[in-house]
Amino acid sequence: MQNNPLPGGTPLRTILEKISHYLPTQSPLKDFIHHNTLHAFQDLPFHKALDTAAATFGYRTRLPLSAYRAMYHSGRISKERLVRIARKTDPQPDEKIWLHWLLNKKQDQDPVPVVGRVRSQMQVYYHINPDKEVHPLLFRTLGAFLDQGVGIREFPFDGLPFLEAIRAIESQGKASLFRTAEARKLLLDGSDIPALLQRLVGDAAWYEAYLFDQQFAHPGWSGMVVQIEQHPDQLFRKRNISLAGLVQFELLLELDALCARYGTLWQPLAALIQGEPPLIPAETPGGRWERVMAIWQEAAEWEYYDSVLSGLQEAPQALAGNGARASFDALFCIDDRECSLRRWTEKADPGCRTWGTPGFFQVPFMYRPSGTVYFTKACPAPVEPGHLIEEKNGRNAHRSDAHYTNRSHSLIIGWMIAQTLGFWSAFRLFLNIFRPALSPATSHSFRHMDKEAGLQIGREDDSVHADGLLRGFSVEEMAASTESLLKSIGLVEGLAPLVYVVGHGASSINNTHYAGYDCGACSGRPGSVNARVAAWMANQPEVRSLLLAKGVHIPDDTHFVGALHDTTRDEMEYYDEAGIPASLQEQHRRNKASFLQALEHNACERARRFDLIHSHAAPARIHARVKRRSVSLFEPRPELNHATNALCLVGRRQMSRHLFLDRRAFMNSYDPETDADGTMLSNILRALTPVAGGINLEYYFSRTDNQLLGAGTKLPHNVMGLLGVANGADGDLRTGLPAQMVEMHEPLRLLVVVEQKPEVIEKVLKAHPPTREWYQNGWIHLVALDPESRQLYRFVVDHFENYTPESAPLPLMQRVEQVFHAGNGDLPVMRITHAS
Amino acid sequence: MNYQQIIPFFALIPLAAFGISLLWPKRNERLISTTAFAGAALNLVALLSFLLLWWFDGHRSLDIHESALYRSESYVFMLEFFMDRVTAVFLLLGSLLVFMITVYSRYYLHREPGYKRFFNTILFFFLGFNLTVMAGNYETLFLGWECIGLSSFLLIAFYRDRYLPVRNAVKVFSIYRIGDVGILMAMWASHHLWQENISFARLQDVHFVDQGIALHGAEGLFIAIMLLLAAAVKSAQLPFSSWLPRAMEGPTPSSAIFYGSLSVHLGVFLLLRTYPFWEHQYVMRVLTGVLGALTALFARLIARVQSSVKTQIAYASIAQIGLIFIEIALGMPLLALWHTAGNAFLRTYQLLVSPSVVSYLIREQLFGLPPRRARLERLIPAPLRNTVFVLSLKEWNLDAWMSRLVFHRFKWAGRKLYIGFFWWLAAAVLTVWMILTPAVTPYLRGLGAEVFSGFGLVSALAAFAGRRRARRIWLQAALVPGWVGLALTLNISTQEPGHLLLYWSGVLPAALGGWLLLNQIGRNHALGSLFEYRGLAAVYPRTAVIFLLLCLAMAGFPITPTFIGEDLIFSHIREDQYLLAILNTLSFIFSGIALIRLYARLFLGPQSDADTPRALRSS
Repeated sequence: MQNNPLPGGTPLRTILEKISHYLPTQSPLKDFIHHNTLHAFQDLPFHKALDTAAATFGYRTRLPLSAYRAMYHSGRISKERLVRIARKTDPQPDEKIWLHWLLNKKQDQDPVPVVGRVRSQMQVYYHINPDKEVHPLLFRTLGAFLDQGVGIREFPFDGLPFLEAIRAIESQGKASLFRTAEARKLLLDGSDIPALLQRLVGDAAWYEAYLFDQQFAHPGWSGMVVQIEQHPDQLFRKRNISLAGLVQFELLLELDALCARYGTLWQPLAALIQGEPPLIPAETPGGRWERVMAIWQEAAEWEYYDSVLSGLQEAPQALAGNGARASFDALFCIDDRECSLRRWTEKADPGCRTWGTPGFFQVPFMYRPSGTVYFTKACPAPVEPGHLIEEKNGRNAHRSDAHYTNRSHSLIIGWMIAQTLGFWSAFRLFLNIFRPALSPATSHSFRHMDKEAGLQIGREDDSVHADGLLRGFSVEEMAASTESLLKSIGLVEGLAPLVYVVGHGASSINNTHYAGYDCGACSGRPGSVNARVAAWMANQPEVRSLLLAKGVHIPDDTHFVGALHDTTRDEMEYYDEAGIPASLQEQHRRNKASFLQALEHNACERARRFDLIHSHAAPARIHARVKRRSVSLFEPRPELNHATNALCLVGRRQMSRHLFLDRRAFMNSYDPETDADGTMLSNILRALTPVAGGINLEYYFSRTDNQLLGAGTKLPHNVMGLLGVANGADGDLRTGLPAQMVEMHEPLRLLVVVEQKPEVIEKVLKAHPPTREWYQNGWIHLVALDPESRQLYRFVVDHFENYTPESAPLPLMQRVEQVFHAGNGDLPVMRITHAS
Repeated sequence: MNYQQIIPFFALIPLAAFGISLLWPKRNERLISTTAFAGAALNLVALLSFLLLWWFDGHRSLDIHESALYRSESYVFMLEFFMDRVTAVFLLLGSLLVFMITVYSRYYLHREPGYKRFFNTILFFFLGFNLTVMAGNYETLFLGWECIGLSSFLLIAFYRDRYLPVRNAVKVFSIYRIGDVGILMAMWASHHLWQENISFARLQDVHFVDQGIALHGAEGLFIAIMLLLAAAVKSAQLPFSSWLPRAMEGPTPSSAIFYGSLSVHLGVFLLLRTYPFWEHQYVMRVLTGVLGALTALFARLIARVQSSVKTQIAYASIAQIGLIFIEIALGMPLLALWHTAGNAFLRTYQLLVSPSVVSYLIREQLFGLPPRRARLERLIPAPLRNTVFVLSLKEWNLDAWMSRLVFHRFKWAGRKLYIGFFWWLAAAVLTVWMILTPAVTPYLRGLGAEVFSGFGLVSALAAFAGRRRARRIWLQAALVPGWVGLALTLNISTQEPGHLLLYWSGVLPAALGGWLLLNQIGRNHALGSLFEYRGLAAVYPRTAVIFLLLCLAMAGFPITPTFIGEDLIFSHIREDQYLLAILNTLSFIFSGIALIRLYARLFLGPQSDADTPRALRSS
């Protein structure tokens, strides 16, 4: 129906595909996953993309000029850096002119973005504000159709495609969604989009611009429709909807508004409008202001990176714990939130070693908790797992709470509830305000899997599960997983007696974006099951013997223990502790004490960013208050999540163990010496680049434009159909991150530092263009640290260039505890003196 | 025990806290929230102790004549408090919830740019709420009522840099003004019915009331219906229901306390407070019951199809309030009180935890609990089911009906009737001449007042319909009190010229000040078109506050002598001059809306500059 090309214009399908491409790709709330907000522009070089996006949609893609200038005046950006970067942009610079533009000149007004220009003319020609006329009913109808469980009465005919369902209720009822019979007739007689556009716009040359304007007046709902169209399976209640259906319905509503006002006495828009249809995406002239802003951004980034790189180069050659067997090994997720916990763990027990690897620990599967009917994915979002792990006898059955059910909305039951439970609510509220505690509404990481429940991990028979999933893993599959886990981080020999595999999750209440706080490598769920499964596999004697043949030697007295770190509460839970051999129980007890100490210090370090926690209190008290945040209804910032992330280190721990990186680094362990041909590196970069890059850029853009690319402040948010949030009752869905998550964030691109020879990295990138694109177009910076010469190389477009840091020697840090009282600002990179 | 001296403190404590909270610097969260916390806590503790004493002392109703704000020979404006079980319950409800919300918001609002504004408004609301529920007469009640209306407007428009909150704030304010008609008319008719500014204490006297009603049955019913109108607006009953979900634009705790609990139950309060007055008017009781029943039914139907959590809670709450109306109509005020308290707590809590619904319901679905399906509904034929579904989805066209039938009509009238500024000037000159000419005056007495008031209403409507030229709108609004005053000169006996002067003394400086302010802004900004919100509060925060105060003074809000004047002016409308009363009321209503809208269009709305990104209109 919609595929026929329109006379004189682009085929409709092409237009719709183009619109889909630019719409935000945000999944429903339960599957919130970080991604590059401007993914649609990723084929362009970074700065060009930012300027294009700004000119096309009016997005703010960098900090305001005043913020950069403030950084300059506070010393965060030096004059030398600015001049050096300006010089690179302009080979024969007139320094004075550049500095005038950078520092003093008043900025021009932003031009009006291209998208939105055409449809806004309706106000001029028809004196009609189409948004005001159409949006409330459109959003309501979409919300009711897509609703995942808020409404009590389901949408009639919700099994049909969206437009069919609308048609059915129109034809089988007395009331109409439309005001005029004309619009209703156009719906029922099956007029397709071209026919409606012909009536409304009139000239095919304007269709693309018109439809862009129409859909980008509510990018939240349109983006959600496209997400559901492309991945219908992610919904518990399946819905059949397409962008075409949405466009058609919206066109009908617009026609309805015009007919209601003018009957049939109106001309199509193209007959009235002047000029030429605009190009989408917009052309950017690349004027001097664009370059000025790019220079500022680069300067802010390299001023910081340079100090990091100089610190990395200073890594002491003598390795910690040389020769002696480590007291324990602990594998954490690469997540930037584990950066400081690893440091504190190493401080609590200097004999231990910590490692970083994506938090699904190389075991991808679907997980089904006891008593549930749906599977949840326990691996990175793009991976399609072939296995199923089931929880046995879990006691985490759902506890219900009448406050959240819509039962209280009926008349009779509501009448009774209001007069009984109503008073109980007052008490509950009072309690939560003064003594916050866990409740059924808390999203608690430890509840993802019952600690005492069994897991079916080994394969008992090869019967394929109904959904094409294999129940449990075979020995060979387990060996392969364990091998790739240990080899990728270079932990192939000399394992400590106890190896902890620590996943992570988060806890919060009253938090619609809770899924964004859990482990990204586990599709926005806590990593507890993966940690437990990975540890169990590595403990199997059959697996170990298979591994021996592949060059991975796990000593017989080594035992793996799965664990979960709650990043909000700074608590750890250990799995299958009863299985730890008696000879290691004492050591395990000691290690737990070390972890406990590390967690407490980690909580104190995090607390410095929380204004409302007094930093001079005793660590245990601070820790208690940090925990309290996770269960307080009134706390919009249970934790700060990935805020301030800026770095990603791929290499051995010795590279950075002496540095204080202020929780800003993703850390993936990698041993260049065991991976001369880059096989492991290739696996690492392929997995890490989109995940860390996506997180970094989502924070970046949500920070630079919290209104159009972020979700704004979360305080007025209203849950719509369990799919997303809107402000108030009639608003569009808000995409991106709320202000409370990003306010601390300094928008810097990710700097990936790989400890490997540049030739090897170049080879790895060449072999995988999708990964290469991120670095080539400058969406992520890449620097190689040669493991032998300690020389640094920066990746520029398609090759590595020598890089020599110019920063002054790093400031020294005597005691890391001093950061507890350092206020809530970003701290410079420091060299920790007690380490090494 | 001398309650006389204690009761006023429940108004003075919020007032003091509000005053002090204005003094602190914007970014000092600790001082601001501690002030609010201390005020709310002190009020709660004092109230609890007082109520205990009062209860064991026999909980007799108390009537406290605080002070006369204005007194002349024929008229007294008395600040008067009244205390009985209804007041006690509402006071306690308000104190508890404000206290909890204050503590809650201390953390919740942390780092929000409008932190101070939020607490100022909450405290101002607290003051208004306590005044309303402790009011001993209509005048005091109206004082509190207006404070609540204003704080509602400010909290809905809390996110003033976005389009929808501002638009909805103006919308809700406009609907609230319809409720004000009810109170103003009830006040006026009561004045004539009882020949005094009646106190609620006297209305408790059954014989007294019955006698009055027996003599003036029509007036009695008129007053009762006007009270029901005011109550229906405030409690979002039919046909006004659609404002409630649209009011949920502020931070969640403010929505919870205003629209979940306190503000929305004030209609119930008004009915309970005046219950002795209309208890024996069966027409009124039937009307109240039917209105409640219809509202309960329709709100329930609408609540069922909502996919937005807050909207659903709003309609569910409206439905329960409908039931409360029925309970009152059935003569069960105690049950209604109990139900009110329970409903208020429940909805406050549900709104506060509404973000948790996502993780809770997703988890519930994960554990395979089947979604609740309506079973009985299958018995209804499908076409009817679909029809009801579509109508409920469209909120039974309540919103469209409201704006089309009420506001668009008056806007249209304003455009048609307004013939040009100079004609108005001419008419004004002519009128003054006529008044000054003794030969013409007696001739005019017959109908003159209505004609002048009609001119006033046209001015008000012209201001209301105006979308161009801010200064012109201001002038038109300023002319309204002029016309109304002129009309009343024909009514006012010569011994009381002071009444008119008192009224104008508030309006004139405000009109002048606003004019100067607009001129000053006009130097830097073109004020020709008001089709878009201009967001000037971001540029001139101080001017915005002053202009708001001037608008309120012009509109007769209870911060200037205009307010007393307004009541006074009404007292001069004779009991047979229904038309005059209606014309004047409409003038006040529409000039009030016009002024608030002028403020909103000029000072609120998206303001984008180099440092702040602009939100999408639909966001």
